[in-house]
Amino acid sequence: MKIYIRSSASISPQNTFGNESFLSEIVEYNGTRLKAIEPDYKEFLDPKLLRRMSHIIKMGAAAAIECLSNSGIEMPGAVITGTAYGCIEDTVTFLTRIVEQNEELLPPTAFIQSTHNTVAAQIALMLKCHQYNNNFVHKGISFESALLDAIMLLKENEADNILVGGLDEMTDISFTVLSRLGLYKRWPVSNLNLYATKSKGSIGGEGAAFFLLTDKASENNLAELTAIKTIFNPKGFEDIEKKIGLFIAENSLKMEDIDLVITGKSGDTRHDEIYERLSHSLFSNTALAHYKHLCGEYPTSAAFALWLASNIIKNEMIPKAVIERNSKQTAPKRILIYNHYQKIYHSLMLVSAT
Amino acid sequence: MSSTVYIAGLGVISAIGNNVAEHLIAFEREEAGMGDITVLNTIFRKKLPVAEVKLDNIKLAELAGISPDISRTALLSLVAAKEALADANIQELDSLRTGFVSANTVGGMDKSENFFIDFNKDNRKGKLKNIYDHECGSMTEIAARELGLNDFITTINTACSSSANAIFYAARLIKNNMLDVVVAGGTDALTKFTLNGFNTLMILDKEYCKPFDEHREGLNLGEGAGYVVLVSEKVAKTLNKEVYCKLSGYNNSNDAYHQTASSPDGTGSYMAMKTAIEKSGLKPSDIDYINLHGTGTPNNDSAEGTAINRLFDPVYPPMSSTKSFTGHTLGASGGLEAVFSVLSIKHGIIYPNLRFETRMKEFLFEPEKRFLKGQKVRNVLSNSFGFGGNCTSLIFSKI
Repeated sequence: MKIYIRSSASISPQNTFGNESFLSEIVEYNGTRLKAIEPDYKEFLDPKLLRRMSHIIKMGAAAAIECLSNSGIEMPGAVITGTAYGCIEDTVTFLTRIVEQNEELLPPTAFIQSTHNTVAAQIALMLKCHQYNNNFVHKGISFESALLDAIMLLKENEADNILVGGLDEMTDISFTVLSRLGLYKRWPVSNLNLYATKSKGSIGGEGAAFFLLTDKASENNLAELTAIKTIFNPKGFEDIEKKIGLFIAENSLKMEDIDLVITGKSGDTRHDEIYERLSHSLFSNTALAHYKHLCGEYPTSAAFALWLASNIIKNEMIPKAVIERNSKQTAPKRILIYNHYQKIYHSLMLVSAT
Repeated sequence: MSSTVYIAGLGVISAIGNNVAEHLIAFEREEAGMGDITVLNTIFRKKLPVAEVKLDNIKLAELAGISPDISRTALLSLVAAKEALADANIQELDSLRTGFVSANTVGGMDKSENFFIDFNKDNRKGKLKNIYDHECGSMTEIAARELGLNDFITTINTACSSSANAIFYAARLIKNNMLDVVVAGGTDALTKFTLNGFNTLMILDKEYCKPFDEHREGLNLGEGAGYVVLVSEKVAKTLNKEVYCKLSGYNNSNDAYHQTASSPDGTGSYMAMKTAIEKSGLKPSDIDYINLHGTGTPNNDSAEGTAINRLFDPVYPPMSSTKSFTGHTLGASGGLEAVFSVLSIKHGIIYPNLRFETRMKEFLFEPEKRFLKGQKVRNVLSNSFGFGGNCTSLIFSKI
């Protein structure tokens, strides 16, 4: 069975949402945190609901609605999300009140909306969608787990037109905590200069990207989602390289068949070492692209990468801003996305022209 | 895709016992796990009853064989998952494709709460090791590393239906021939965050809860972890023991009514139960026992009861809420209750619904009040419903 990406929508720190041009004008940031560019939500969401929605709920719900609208499908057959941090804003609000008010006289709203499945639930509620609804919360493979769920549902003939998204929000508090944990650079950088700054740490990011998956061929489909695989805690570089090679072979392909590899290079020298080594070994003859300077580093950034890959295939062009190493092939037919999160979670996605 | 998924191992810890054997004894003695709060540091001590696991973190860590310095949620997870894996006793596990699909609702929140006390005063303060494992996925990762389950791990959070969805997803990983063995279920420790959260919703009973009773006043929170070991047909044949039963049906539907409340007609729960029964190839009359979601809140029990009435009228199978023993263990509840459902089939037992007195006036059925042995239990329906309208039903069947 072939699985297709019918449509997509992405809210990110770039002008990716409701925009005809495909990453032609890149937004530059100076600092260590990229914030999502938010649309006028009133166009997508009921203003009455909007008032109570936190940042991640707004991003997620709007991206889901836009993705659905782009697909021409009114009711999805399932709604599946992946979010590592969940609703951080509401979680911190409630936690702070517990501490400050010593567990007394707390209002319930933040707690109600702090539940990790709030976004998937709100989408179901808005659409009155009674179908399969799930939410994955596993660090750097939250989105991939959701995608795998969607693929299995299609293969099982359980559902069609599956709305699946990856999303995470960054708040002032989570940025402060994650900075203290050493995830981001100690000094401000330009995101356009991210990979030239050889130091520890990346830049923080956030976003929501949604996809509608179907097993029905159509000229409107963006791309085929050929395969996906995740690897937990590999034994070292050789193990990673071997497993990527195996993934390609399992799909009856050779590395020469891959026109473009999009890597999860993050500007963190501790993490980029793997991508660097691969660029001289397994990926040595392949065009390379990267994306985290556009959306920042966050656990579900692979959703942004999938949005990028499927739109590269549909638009038959690679935006200049993502090219790391060029090739003759300007309109890639087969793209491999390879991302790892903290070296523990590795994910591979193969996206092909239909 | 049509291959059968079998249950080969069980592990559970809750307020009524630290392992499967202790649970069976507590059920037969009709001993509930609720009491005053003793472990959790909160202003609600002596005010709200909860169903705490009766071991502090040091003792739990000894049982789990790990440092006590980690979240209680991970400690509970490890105790139950280790029991399940040992029970399954799978030979040459290393040669098989293994996974761990676990659920929880607030990750390492017990530690994050400590972090926030200092962080809130000065955001340069707060011990980082207390926030490092805040994420839900961290709980799963800690346990998976200890258990040596490496090929695929993930975490599900759909609130109170989380671990039923974890078992459901795990079974499909086997059916899709991606894995051979998956330990699946969930864990949640009591935290100030959830206790206060449910308290603001005004759905906590100040007395011991009375699920499905006309005069029920809310739920009691509990804590624990419960896991089943799911194996493929191929692995089932190599076991040197009999498998317990099979997971014959499952379904996930959304109520799409309200973020925290169930619809009056129980649309989501009706769809979850009905389709799960259909998928198992059974009829409602084939169900021998329903392990209810049965939280004890007026809203849940009325919606779930309405859905049961619609689906089973006029012949109702025995049913009960084991939350009358364990309290509502949130992200763990589907895992705990899957273990209880399997034990019901294995030992032919029906659990009592403690403290039930008065039938809900809108229904002609009521839960079982006594512990019953020697019953013919072939098919068990287990319900798990959660915030966000997430409704999941699982069906376990005798082979």
